Amino acid sequence: MITIINYGMGNLGSVQNMLKRIGVATKITSDIKEIEQAEKILLPGVGAFDAAVRKIDEYNLRPVLNYKALEQKVPFLGICLGMQLLTRSSEEGELKGLDLIPAQTIKFKFENDPSLKIPHMGWNFVKQNNPSKLTEGFTEDYRFYFVHSYKVVCDNNENSILKTNHGGEFDSAIQKENIFGAQFHPEKSHKYGMHLLTNFSKI
Amino acid sequence: MLLTRYIPCLLLKGAGLVKTVKFKNPKYVGDPINTVRIFNEKEVDELIFLDIEASPKNSEPNYKLLAEIANECFMPLAYGGGIKTFEQAQKIFNIGIEKVAINTASHSNLNLITQIATVYGTQAVIGVIDVKKNFFGKNQLVSNSANTKHKVTIEEWIKKLEEAGVGELLITSVDNEGTWKGLDLDLIKMVTSISKVPVIAHGGVGNEQHIIDGIKIGKANAVAVGSLVVYQKQGMGVLINYPNKKL
Repeated sequence: MITIINYGMGNLGSVQNMLKRIGVATKITSDIKEIEQAEKILLPGVGAFDAAVRKIDEYNLRPVLNYKALEQKVPFLGICLGMQLLTRSSEEGELKGLDLIPAQTIKFKFENDPSLKIPHMGWNFVKQNNPSKLTEGFTEDYRFYFVHSYKVVCDNNENSILKTNHGGEFDSAIQKENIFGAQFHPEKSHKYGMHLLTNFSKI
Repeated sequence: MLLTRYIPCLLLKGAGLVKTVKFKNPKYVGDPINTVRIFNEKEVDELIFLDIEASPKNSEPNYKLLAEIANECFMPLAYGGGIKTFEQAQKIFNIGIEKVAINTASHSNLNLITQIATVYGTQAVIGVIDVKKNFFGKNQLVSNSANTKHKVTIEEWIKKLEEAGVGELLITSVDNEGTWKGLDLDLIKMVTSISKVPVIAHGGVGNEQHIIDGIKIGKANAVAVGSLVVYQKQGMGVLINYPNKKL
């Protein structure tokens, strides 16, 4: 069972649809008691960084998410903005992130090349940077759907598990122990996304 | 490097899927759910659904049908047609569709785009620009399924849409739509030369070379196709298809 955190940001329906398709039970909740019982946590998210942080604090989810990730060490996956929230800060906003993986979120900047658009939107390849259970079995042709204007940069290379190129490489999936983040949308990435979510469900 | 997106643009009329020529004469091509299943198997890059009746009839989006579509889709999905309020857009996002495409309502209420973009992010809003040549052969902005003409120039309008917060533009040549004769490359070039956000070129694609032209000559970031993916060939029967090779 994967518990999907509902803090009022993002597309919960499509993540749930894909998990259902691969035969994984889900629960969508913002209830602290229910999150305390979670075996695995998925933190989705679409939208602006500060708006998301504000929502998380509004629902008072920070302590329980910290507890699950750092004390209980349950498998924890942040998707898109959900991954950026795992970092300490974002140039998109001023509020503090969850700070669960040593990294920061910065803006794409392409002043010298107008052909590189922001947001980075569309299908792009991922390259394995460090082995991880999340990306086990991925091959060179694996591609995912991305939509984001900010990118994550890990402090330490060891936390970067996938890299993607858009005007230079950035960290498209990250990991620290039981905590994972994916910048792309597995729930919108056909069999590639199903593979990643299947891997996550087995961790 | 980003791959070129090649996006089926599917037209809804009632509960059925149709294809038009120059925004007219909608012909039934099939059931949307079956079609989505086929596109899903073919791993299409993305899908755009446009309800061609919603604005002219002033009706609500067909949420029930959209929910059925979203349940079958494991690729990015956009919906346009008859969205007039933030609440309607919200309902569409809750269904599991991540982008809304807006044209008609933006002409009377540009703030709608800002409202949606503030909460859901700019990537969630596609600004739709429909262009039709007037009597003198000059490009004119139209909306409401090409039933309403606008005085504002395309250049000015793109600027306004970008300021309001669209994350992407879908540019359609009404005169080329459904004709198989290729994109209006002059129009696409003009739009991509001034747009700061990604541009989806649409209207007239009849073969794979037209798609490549849209990217290489038009400098579009993505190309939307209709006839090519729902018909076997020009003038022939329905055949849902999608090239399995990357262009």
